[in-house]
Amino acid sequence: MDDYTIGVLSNIGVVSFVALSAYLLLLTGEISFGQQAFFAIGAYAAGIATALWGWPLALALAWGALSGGGAAVLVGIPTLRLHGLYFSIATLAFAEMVRILFELFRYQVEIDGELTGPSGAEGFRNIRYIFDHNIDAVQFLLLIYALLAAALLGFVLLERSRTGVAFRMIGEDATLAGLQGISVARHKVLAAGIAGALAGVGGGLYAHLTTYVEPRIFDVMLGVHSLAYGLIGGLGTAFGPLLGVLIDIGLLESIRALAGYRMIIFGGIVALLLIVRPRGLLDERTMHGIGNLWRRTLLRLRRPGPGPGPGPGPGPGP
Amino acid sequence: MIDLVQNTIDGLMIGSSYGLLALGFTLIFGVMRRLNLSYGPSIMIGGYFGTVLYLQFGAGPLVVAVAVVVGAALAGLYVERLCFAPMKAGAAIASMVSSFAVWMQLEQAAILVLPRHTYAFPPLATGAPLEFGPFAVRIDHLVMLGCALGLAAAVQLLLYRTRFGLALRAIIGNPVAAHLVGVDVRTVMPLAFAGASAIGGVAGFLVLAVDQQVTPMFGMWATLKGLIAMMIGGLGSVPGAVLGGLLLGVIEVQSQWYFGPQIRDLAAYFVLFAVLALRPRGLVGSLSEASTQKA
Repeated sequence: MDDYTIGVLSNIGVVSFVALSAYLLLLTGEISFGQQAFFAIGAYAAGIATALWGWPLALALAWGALSGGGAAVLVGIPTLRLHGLYFSIATLAFAEMVRILFELFRYQVEIDGELTGPSGAEGFRNIRYIFDHNIDAVQFLLLIYALLAAALLGFVLLERSRTGVAFRMIGEDATLAGLQGISVARHKVLAAGIAGALAGVGGGLYAHLTTYVEPRIFDVMLGVHSLAYGLIGGLGTAFGPLLGVLIDIGLLESIRALAGYRMIIFGGIVALLLIVRPRGLLDERTMHGIGNLWRRTLLRLRRPGPGPGPGPGPGPGP
Repeated sequence: MIDLVQNTIDGLMIGSSYGLLALGFTLIFGVMRRLNLSYGPSIMIGGYFGTVLYLQFGAGPLVVAVAVVVGAALAGLYVERLCFAPMKAGAAIASMVSSFAVWMQLEQAAILVLPRHTYAFPPLATGAPLEFGPFAVRIDHLVMLGCALGLAAAVQLLLYRTRFGLALRAIIGNPVAAHLVGVDVRTVMPLAFAGASAIGGVAGFLVLAVDQQVTPMFGMWATLKGLIAMMIGGLGSVPGAVLGGLLLGVIEVQSQWYFGPQIRDLAAYFVLFAVLALRPRGLVGSLSEASTQKA
């Protein structure tokens, strides 16, 4: 793989964390314009941990997740009674406040004769952990995708758990879910916390990938994009947001000939797609269909097929 | 003390443009019950339309003003046809994300037409500010305030004194019931949408003429300012939109004067967050039950 491909793939992996974060809240029926705030908090927290405090990377990423998740729980409580547009705008207001606070945030320490650390709007340079520890780009790429795979596994397990069912029930109808005995408030704060932690891990990875962060990166555009990814890719599975990121960054970055018209084409395709599939490519019904097909295939594999073929399992392979 | 009063005057003037932006926004939300993120970018397209006429043919302020309003209305209609009209009843989030995708389109289209970052926009009035004792008021600011209050009053009259307004309020209340009693929902909705975008166009023209420059970023700016003012004042209310805008203007100018430009935005978002957390319906409340439903 050349450097360019590695760069694009790393980007896709990191952005997927914010997309997953927004997706989790979409499951509970809330539209957040503010997940970029927890991405930013994770990036700064993890960056400070390695560059200023000399922590190992694993601990720093965990700290980023904890900071993102903790901040998300703190915002989740006052916004608990808000729904729909009110919730969305509250998250937007919070995220913009975080971005502006990072523009004012200065915390620099002299390291190797050089002032290092966040310096307001100028940003936070020299998060050099992966260079200082001879981690090359491919190794870091593997780390990103290992963590992403862990997150996806978490989502798969979540969807099979009572908590996951409760999330989707609240997303369908919070009042009804409450009447069924689900503690809506506790589940909402839990979802917000997990979503914040996911974004925080992504932020930590991002800071170490680019070695440089500045407040401007974490603006509303990032938030709305990550929300759009879930809706383009589909709300039926956690692979939906990933597909969305892949379509946007992967497909469009690779068609360089379209430069200049890229957003016109992409915007048009997305708008048309959403008319036909308002809940994305991999929506709930599609996933249900795929699930059924999968179960039927499994059944056929277990029993000898009705056809004349020799041996067990003439059914179509997966 | 003089500073405080002067800042309040300036804030009210600037805030009147926010109020106008919020007014168009609140009408679209009231009728559609969906968030149109492309609201600001539609206005920005209108602004580019005006700028092209100004740069290419030396058009005067009045022609440019008409061009901005017409351009915004046409762009708004495009957004309505693509993102709102064809969507199924339950697909509010899809409409919103779709309007975001179209935002990207409009922004890129503007950059294709005029590739530099900023372009000149014709000024509205270049005379010296009017002096009232120790206080000064810019003439273009006065025009802005006058237009905002006049338009808001006109919209309020339209809503409560005309048949079209009655039809609009019926749709805002309940689109299905409105359809059943004979309101032509399919005609009224795009008309209201284009009209609301045109109101945004007026606000856009006034702001651009005061700033004397236009950039593609104006779209995001207009969406955010309109959204904040609308939410502070209360979703779906004409007086609320104006009040929210004026309040936002005063907060911004005062906090900029006393604490600097970064605190200006921080204060605005802080007030927005506080209003939502403590008084989610906004300061004034809503036009009808409709806006209290889920977005």
